[in-house]
Amino acid sequence: MSLDSPIFQLELEGAGMWSRVIGRNKTLRLTDLEGGANVGMMLYHATERHERYNMPDTLKGQHIFYLRAPYCLHSDMGRLMASITKDTVGWHDTVCGASDAESVLQQFGENNYQKSRNEFYRNARECFLIELCKWGLGERDWIPNLNWFSKVVADEEGKLSYVAGNSKAGDLVELRFEMDTLVVLNTCQHPFDPAMTYQPKRVRLEVFANDPPMDGDASLMVRPENARAYQNTKDFYLLSE
Amino acid sequence: MIESTYQSTHAVHDEVVLAGDHWVHEIKAGQTFRIEDLEGNQAADTLFYNAHDPEERYSASDTIRVQRALYLSTGTKLISNRGRTMLTITADTCGRHDTLGGACSRESNVMRYAFDREPMHACRDIFIRGIQCWCHDMNKRDLACNINFFMNVPVTPEGGLSFADGVSGPGRYVEMKAEMDVMCLISNCPQLNNPCNAYNPTPVRVLLWE
Repeated sequence: MSLDSPIFQLELEGAGMWSRVIGRNKTLRLTDLEGGANVGMMLYHATERHERYNMPDTLKGQHIFYLRAPYCLHSDMGRLMASITKDTVGWHDTVCGASDAESVLQQFGENNYQKSRNEFYRNARECFLIELCKWGLGERDWIPNLNWFSKVVADEEGKLSYVAGNSKAGDLVELRFEMDTLVVLNTCQHPFDPAMTYQPKRVRLEVFANDPPMDGDASLMVRPENARAYQNTKDFYLLSE
Repeated sequence: MIESTYQSTHAVHDEVVLAGDHWVHEIKAGQTFRIEDLEGNQAADTLFYNAHDPEERYSASDTIRVQRALYLSTGTKLISNRGRTMLTITADTCGRHDTLGGACSRESNVMRYAFDREPMHACRDIFIRGIQCWCHDMNKRDLACNINFFMNVPVTPEGGLSFADGVSGPGRYVEMKAEMDVMCLISNCPQLNNPCNAYNPTPVRVLLWE
C-alpha cells in the first residue's frame, strides 16, 4: 500500500520533544531534514504501560547490535511493537542512551533560558522525563532508548566510536506499528556527537495508515523470532479486543 | 585481569546462591562485594538500586554512555539512571561481563526459542520474586536492563551480536566497591536453552567485606 498521503505531519525543531499514541496499522516516517539528525525514542504499550521497548530482547532476538530495515522492535513481553519497513540510512543505535545536563554542559558550556530564551541548551534526559511525566510515567520507566539516524560501532575490545555523516538530508526511516504504542521522542543530539557547537537538527514526522502485513512480509520473515513475537501480538489483540 | 587482596575468611557475608534462586541484599557504601562463578560459565543476572530511593537504579545505557564501552571489567563504573556512580569494579579474573544481553523471561523464551518453552523457570520471574521480597511497592515496572556477570556477548565491528561460549571458569570472580548504599538483586540464571552454560545452570557464591 502506498504511503503517499499522510494523515498527520509535523516538523520538529532541533532539541524538540513530542509524545503521542500511534495505533497499530499506522506507520511513522521520520525524515532527517538537514543531515546529521538524531531522534531519541522510547516506546511503551499504549494501554499496558509496564510493557516497554526492550533493547536486549530486540538485539539478542535478532542477533544484531544495531537496527535497520527489515528488523523489528521487540517489547519485554515477547511481542512486536513495530517493524522497520523502510530505511535509507542502514544503521541506527539503541545502546548509547541519552545526553544529560552534565554532558551537555561539559561539551557545549552553559546557555540557560534567562540568557537565550528558547535557544537555550536542552538535553535528552530532561526531554524524555518531561514527556514521560505527561503519561504518568517517570524514572521507574527509564529504558535504553533508540537513537534513530546515529551510528556507533564497537571494536574487538568493546570500545565505541561515533560515525559522523551516517545520515544525510532527506534520509528517512519508517516504523510500522504492530501494537498500539505510546511514542516518546526528542531531537536532541546523540550523546557521542562530537560537534563542538550545539546544533540539534530538524526532523519531519509523518503518520500514514497502512494495511496489516501480508504473508511473506520481510520484517516478519527475517528471523523466526519475529514471526513468533508477531503471533504473540496478534494473540494479545485477539483476546483483548 | 586484576586479582583481589581480600580473603574469604575475613568476609562479613559469605553465601552460595543456587541456580534458579534470587538473592536480595544491601551493600553499604564502602563495602566490597564479590560474585564468584563456582563451577564456571554461569550467568549472574544482577540489578542494583539506591537502597534509600529505588527509583534510582543501575542503567545499562548510562553505563555504556559514560564509559563509551560495551563490556564491564576492572575500572568500570556502574552508572545509575541519574548518571551517578553506584559501584566501581575493583577486581576481575574473568575478563569481561555483559550489559547488553538482558535477562531471560518466559515471554522472551517463547520469542527466542519456541512456544513450548513458556513454562520454563526464567530470570525475570526470579527478579519479580526478589523485589516482592524486598519492597512490596515494587513491580515489573522496576526491572531495568540488567548486568550479566560472567556472560560473554561479543559484538563485531560489523554489528553482529551473539551469545558465545563463556570466558569464565571455575573460581573466576568479579569484585566491586559500593559508592553509595545499594540493594543488590541477583537472579542466578536457570536458562536451559542456551549453550553458553552448557545447558547446566550452576551455583554462584556472594561475599561481602567491610
